[in-house]
Amino acid sequence: MSEAIIQAEGLGKRYAVGERQRYLALRDVLTNLFAAPSWIRRREPRQFMWALRDVSFSVGEGEVVGLIGRNGAGKSTLLKLLARITRPTTGHAEIRGRVGSLLEVGTGFHPELTGRENVYLSGSILGMKKKEIQGKFDAIVEFASVEQFIDTPLKHYSSGMQMRLAFAVAAHLEPEILLVDEVLAVGDIQFQKKCLGKMQEVSRSGRTILFVSHQMNQIRRLCERVLWIDAGQIRRAGPTAEVAAAYELSMSSGNNETTSRSSAAHSKAHFVSWEIVEPRGERPDLLESLGPVTIKFVVDVRQSIRLGQHGVALYNNEGQLIWARAADNLNLREGTHEFYYTFPMLPLRPGVYSWQVSLWNENGMLDLWNCSPELIVASENHQHPLDKWNGIMNLPSQIEIHESNGVKDAAKANF
Amino acid sequence: MSTNIAEATPTLIEIPGVRIIPPHGWFELNLAELWQNRELLYFFVWRDIKIRYKQTAIGAGWAVLQPLMTMLVFTLFFGKLAHIPSDGLPYPIFYYSALLPWMYFAAAVQNATNTIVENQRVITKVYFPRLALPIAATLSGLVDFGVSFLLFAGLMVYYRMPFTWNLLLLPVFALFAVLTALGVGLWLSALNAIYRDVRYVVPFLIQFWLFASPVAYPSSLVPAKWRWAYGLNPMAGVIEGFRWATSGHGPAPGRLLLVSAAAVLIVLFAGLIYFQKMETTIADVV
Repeated sequence: MSEAIIQAEGLGKRYAVGERQRYLALRDVLTNLFAAPSWIRRREPRQFMWALRDVSFSVGEGEVVGLIGRNGAGKSTLLKLLARITRPTTGHAEIRGRVGSLLEVGTGFHPELTGRENVYLSGSILGMKKKEIQGKFDAIVEFASVEQFIDTPLKHYSSGMQMRLAFAVAAHLEPEILLVDEVLAVGDIQFQKKCLGKMQEVSRSGRTILFVSHQMNQIRRLCERVLWIDAGQIRRAGPTAEVAAAYELSMSSGNNETTSRSSAAHSKAHFVSWEIVEPRGERPDLLESLGPVTIKFVVDVRQSIRLGQHGVALYNNEGQLIWARAADNLNLREGTHEFYYTFPMLPLRPGVYSWQVSLWNENGMLDLWNCSPELIVASENHQHPLDKWNGIMNLPSQIEIHESNGVKDAAKANF
Repeated sequence: MSTNIAEATPTLIEIPGVRIIPPHGWFELNLAELWQNRELLYFFVWRDIKIRYKQTAIGAGWAVLQPLMTMLVFTLFFGKLAHIPSDGLPYPIFYYSALLPWMYFAAAVQNATNTIVENQRVITKVYFPRLALPIAATLSGLVDFGVSFLLFAGLMVYYRMPFTWNLLLLPVFALFAVLTALGVGLWLSALNAIYRDVRYVVPFLIQFWLFASPVAYPSSLVPAKWRWAYGLNPMAGVIEGFRWATSGHGPAPGRLLLVSAAAVLIVLFAGLIYFQKMETTIADVV
């Protein structure tokens, strides 16, 4: 990482509760004045809410950093502080470079003005110089594919056209630092893909991007590093795969923090632990590659089992069964046993999964364990760029296009 | 598209640093930044002008029609019927020379008052010096002013008003009107962002102000002893200045003008301070 282009120290933003939602009416001020003159009665302590508290981080030049977190966690507030839209209550940040903020698509658009006029107006509001806009005008119009309507008032545009034009303007902003808030979540698939491509192009050109999104797929595609913001504070920061996985884990296990074992530990047999044996990474529950995988389940058998049965199942975080198998006629002696499962690969879309293992004897179930911790898959995604077109499988594939006469086409794409 | 990026790289050389800190002190006016954003200011003015007469039948004709009709009504009722003195000027000239700056002022103050609220979406999504908005709102009114000035020039010729060098001072008095509108507009736009009552108050305010200004009557009706105090209303100075420059005779209303000038500067300066204080939190409250 090169020298920091954004350096934030202890940033905090406090709002009086309700202040953000509602402007004051003079009437309220006056009634308050008469009802409780502050110079007579001691002032009621105002209710404050820290939207952001003590946030410190730095971003190197050319880095693409994702901001993730629940709604209301403070991501947007952080962007607004960095964009200078609002001022922090505490702390400070140094920014070395021109900042472009893209917190909304179509900032400054006016329906009465023509497409052309809006390009100039919006571009100027977003911080472009007139000359710069002139130079890029054709590219912007082409990107939005609205050539025919460029001199028509914006109010006659379809919403899709408005959006395309708006994004086209924004996409041609070329500040050193770009702050983007969830704006890629709009428009049709074709256009979203185009936008994503543009973002990648921008990031490759060495610009620094801070990017808020709820689409973990986009985050994984674009960002090298992720800041996870929770309740106004940085909960975790680090490489994308790791933080994104931890975030997804917390989202999925939000309801059932305590994993209770179905059977008591004093039964005839019970599962003790599980782990990824191969490939072995830093963490035994984190799978980062698409190669062969070996999983080990450890079971403690207190009383020998005859003609036992064993089942294993894998669920995704929506509870959908992904895969399962069973084995029977097991004879296990007393002691600790290790069950090894080998797979050529686990082609699962990145996310959080849980194993479920069980053990039976002739009389019935001895143990059923919803394994803890969960399996985190953080392998590279080989699917469609849009979340909504991501299936449950993450299969690498290859495309080859042949002409009917059997000649191999030049186009050959790897996914 | 990659060529664009290559072209833009030189901008990387001059890297303006920004330090983001909590609001501090009582005055951190940044006029240099406003100057850097002069193109944006221009675009705001241009937008206001473009939008003002979209889908109107007579467009900028309204800029002439409003003062013209008002002038006719004043001439008929205050002049011909009430016989209000006009300091020797023909009634149409007497009223139009006052209505010209007054109508500009009234419209500019109204525009400026609403500008922060109207641009709320932009303000909460992108940073630029907020000061550009009320300034643009007061400047865009100058186009209407210019159009209605053409009619004024016509009236001057029709009534064979003498050409004097005093007329060259009209731009100075116009500037005076702009600064007055800006000073008041700064206050009202910031207040309106917090208290939406302001926009209901402003039409009344302007009506009262009209009666308190020498539009329908000459300031010579005010006892000479107190005339300087009348200058505390900056529009009194502006209007008397206009009338004096138009009539081309008589002594300049010196004391009145000085008091008005001082009043404008105080309102403007205080307005700037109040506005910039508001600016730091405006995106949170608007």
